[in-house]
Amino acid sequence: MSEKFDCIVVGAGPAGISAATSLAQAGLSCVVLERGEYPGAKNVQGAVLYTRMLAEVLPDFWKDPEAALERPIAEQRVCIATEDSWVQVGYKSQRFTKPPPNCYTIIRVRFDQWYAKKAQEAGAELYCGVMVRDLIRKNGRILGIVTSEGDELSASCVIACDGVNSILAQKAGLRSELRAQEVAMGVKEILALDAAKIEDRFNLEKGEGATIEIFGAVTQGMMGYAFLYTNQETLSLGVGCKLSELQKRRVKPYELLESVKQHPFVRRLVSGSKTLEYSGHLIPEGGFRSIPPLYTDGFLVAGDAAQLVNPAFREGSNLAMTSGKLAAETVIEAKKKGDFSASALSSYKRKLQACYVWKDLYEMRNLESSVEKSPGFLEFYPRLACDLAHLRFSVDGQPKREHFKEALRLVRRRGFFRLARDLWAVRKAAL
Amino acid sequence: MATPIEEKLGLLTYKKPPQSHISIVDPSVCLERCPEKPCTAICPANVYEWNETRKAIAVSYENCIECGGCRMICPFYNIDCEWPGGGAGVQYKYG
Repeated sequence: MSEKFDCIVVGAGPAGISAATSLAQAGLSCVVLERGEYPGAKNVQGAVLYTRMLAEVLPDFWKDPEAALERPIAEQRVCIATEDSWVQVGYKSQRFTKPPPNCYTIIRVRFDQWYAKKAQEAGAELYCGVMVRDLIRKNGRILGIVTSEGDELSASCVIACDGVNSILAQKAGLRSELRAQEVAMGVKEILALDAAKIEDRFNLEKGEGATIEIFGAVTQGMMGYAFLYTNQETLSLGVGCKLSELQKRRVKPYELLESVKQHPFVRRLVSGSKTLEYSGHLIPEGGFRSIPPLYTDGFLVAGDAAQLVNPAFREGSNLAMTSGKLAAETVIEAKKKGDFSASALSSYKRKLQACYVWKDLYEMRNLESSVEKSPGFLEFYPRLACDLAHLRFSVDGQPKREHFKEALRLVRRRGFFRLARDLWAVRKAAL
Repeated sequence: MATPIEEKLGLLTYKKPPQSHISIVDPSVCLERCPEKPCTAICPANVYEWNETRKAIAVSYENCIECGGCRMICPFYNIDCEWPGGGAGVQYKYG
């Protein structure tokens, strides 16, 4: 690897591979360096893949019989739970499964290997088992990378897609170490279960899938949620909470996951399944205010490394794909102009600002802090929802008027002012 | 019946790194200034354990699943967790 590349992409995840594929499609020379022994070896996701953003890199990818997709998602449910009760809201539509479906479940290691192959087919080079330790700098300009073995590789430009703990963004001086308030820790298990059983338990047509997010008692009041997704012959069951809250409460993530498994809503759905894998990962959830400067001379950051995640909408890998692609487009323009300076690369930020990535993160910028500032939010509302439903569905000899009075009393406990403020705070998570 | 963490970690494949990729920068900080020791509670792979006889944190780096949380959890930024090089460390099959 002695020649000079147009671009070095660090990390073979959704951001890196989207960048590399777009660069290679435009005829630029590009190498992807991945520290795992194969793409995906270090990667963990729920995982829901939104079709639209991948199709912008690989049109009609869902027609590829090799595409590592699990189930097109027909139904998405939200479950709001206390210890022994739950209210479910679900939306199911055949419109979601007509090609191309809105989203699929995926198994990241399989998906990442397939996706990386697409970049190679487009002409990108891929080297796995290569850990990038540092950047080559000259007069403040980034000119390449240094591997952990001490090998140097030079390029006109480096795109850092090295994930949430982006060491390269730090080395480039774009950001400092993340704080525990800016990330969530997610742990999950892959649970083997017969396809037919999955379809029966989740009320699915053959081959179709469902996703369920569970809020409330499953996180013991901590900011976060649990999820249960259907793959072809496995379920993905996980729980993610803000790292700072786990730290404060001293909750062991794997014990939290075990308690989720024992929750009466989850227990029946996963019963008889066999754990195939346990995994854990950080999710950048600092939102808009945690986005670092996105470029400097000869250097761009994309995906989780740039903190581009929208947790309220469960989106992350799609933002990674879009940002990777836009970073690549910026590099393609820079190559045409022969200028890889920070000012030439600044159009990357404008491209992000012009699309959903920036706009959505901006809209959501106060959501998490408002919920956090509202004490007991994730304990009060699940309990309220269940108590109200309980009243509605109970026939206990009391006149309905008494039920209504009781319902008002339950709501009043929060105070109408606080209630209004809470609803206002979460309005943007609704649509 | 809850599955113990040892059993969960036993499902994983690791390629052993030649040496530890995690080090405690200054062990005296753990002993003298850190009564809470959040690393021993929060690490999803139970890498950190307080060793009462040695009065130091014992680091089972070979269990690490490379989430990087310890870098932020330590209130004194006393954990130096770099990634293992050369494809070593955890190798997820599903992810």
